Amino acid sequence: MSERLGRLAAIATAAGAFSGLFGVGGGTIIVPLLILWLSYGEREATGTSLAAIAVIAALAAGAHALYGNVDALKALLVGVPAVGGILVGTALQQRIPERAVAGAFVVVLVVSAVALVV
Amino acid sequence: MELADLIAALAIGFAAGMAGGLIGVGGGVLFVPGLVIFLGLSQLEGQATSLLAIVVVAAVGAWRQGTYGNLRLKDGLTIGLLSPLGVLAGTLASNALPERALALSFAAVQLAFAYQLARRAFAPRDEVASPP
Repeated sequence: MSERLGRLAAIATAAGAFSGLFGVGGGTIIVPLLILWLSYGEREATGTSLAAIAVIAALAAGAHALYGNVDALKALLVGVPAVGGILVGTALQQRIPERAVAGAFVVVLVVSAVALVV
Repeated sequence: MELADLIAALAIGFAAGMAGGLIGVGGGVLFVPGLVIFLGLSQLEGQATSLLAIVVVAAVGAWRQGTYGNLRLKDGLTIGLLSPLGVLAGTLASNALPERALALSFAAVQLAFAYQLARRAFAPRDEVASPP
């Protein structure tokens, strides 16, 4: 196995474990490792990571479905508006300051983390 | 399901997608709390269900990024196809863990992510400049 393929396999295994364990895509693992290990630029890493995530999340959703824990209707309830959001988001990308969005996102994350635990 | 909860779930879904489009982060960290807090799923069910929503969003996102020339499809698919071992380990672990432990570790992931984003949001301008 070439060194490059070995690195891709290591990224895949780490992201897959993170995804199966936490119900997220694993982009937090894939993006920095593509930049660090395979000299990707930030935008390329983000785009490539999304393609990997689509496959990883499908596999993980399938595995979780075997346990009977996937609610397809409720997945659509958050997934369909998210598709609208991603199209609006990419269209607005040039017009909204990234740090304002990141700042708002931080607040939502902290509030929902507290709400999940309390 | 109350109407207000339904609207909140739709709104958090939209926000997750928009954040994905704008700053290139996945929707999972928002889908899971949306599903648990507003749609009455358990932590484990919320995480499992979030994955299905992510499939759609990531596919659309990859397609959009592809039109901007930011997608190396072969590497992306290679990572996806080499992931089953990790996916299996993670899925087994999440089903073995107590619900409370899962909720606490998920919240820790959210906070770590928030910290990462906050550093990006409040860093001096030249530190957030994108690489070539």
